[in-house]
Amino acid sequence: MSPRSAVHGSFVIERSYPASPARVFKAFADEKAKAKWFGPGVEPHERAFDFRVGGAEVFVGKHPSGMVSAFYCTYQDIVPNERIVYAYRMSLDGVPISISLATIEIKPEGQGTHLTVTEYGVFIDGYEDKGSREHGTNWLMDLLGKSLEDDPV
Amino acid sequence: MPNYQSSLDLAFQALADPTRRGMVERLSRGPASVSDLARPFAMSLPAVVQHLAMLEASGLVRTEKIGRVRTCTLDASAMSLAEQWINDRRIGWERQLDRLGDYLSDSYIDDLEETWT
Repeated sequence: MSPRSAVHGSFVIERSYPASPARVFKAFADEKAKAKWFGPGVEPHERAFDFRVGGAEVFVGKHPSGMVSAFYCTYQDIVPNERIVYAYRMSLDGVPISISLATIEIKPEGQGTHLTVTEYGVFIDGYEDKGSREHGTNWLMDLLGKSLEDDPV
Repeated sequence: MPNYQSSLDLAFQALADPTRRGMVERLSRGPASVSDLARPFAMSLPAVVQHLAMLEASGLVRTEKIGRVRTCTLDASAMSLAEQWINDRRIGWERQLDRLGDYLSDSYIDDLEETWT
């Protein structure tokens, strides 16, 4: 049993899309549209979609590795074509891993859209038991290997 | 709030240089002393020590002085589990947003049709 811990982290991702803010918003707000891009390569086990403040979205699915990840989300703020804020919990094989607050800001940029995703999360204990240390380390080593391959010394 | 991206940024910065990649590659085969590490490179020892300091700051390499010899070791566990997880979340988002971009280009015509019908 690993000791209890809570570690906080944050990140910001920005993207530009050659599509109107209304189309970008629809890709998040419409169940059919969202299903087309959200959860790539994951075999869905359970899915629910209730896009309104206080409404819940659930996406439980099996990854090619066999791991089952679960996304439980509650919408906190919705401004059509402009902003979505939701809180979500992630678990891996039934073990809760993290709780995050995600803010999606949609702004017109020329003919297109500038998208900003800001996420604040708390990572809670339990991850270590899932063999994730090995996963994370392998991931770093893969990156390392790739950077060495791309530009051999 | 700490920014858990920073140690990954430092790691990539450290790996952006061919000399430092050479050192990492050497250390991936096992620990080495500073003079062993310096040998293949045509540069002064202080320059090598400076590169080593960057690798150490990134957490990719640990050094330890035993007697008069400083030994360097590759430390793949540089990132804490929490950092790994937060970076995984970020990478997850990056992938999703790539998919969103593909979806937006593919669905353009469909959306136009929907608007006009």
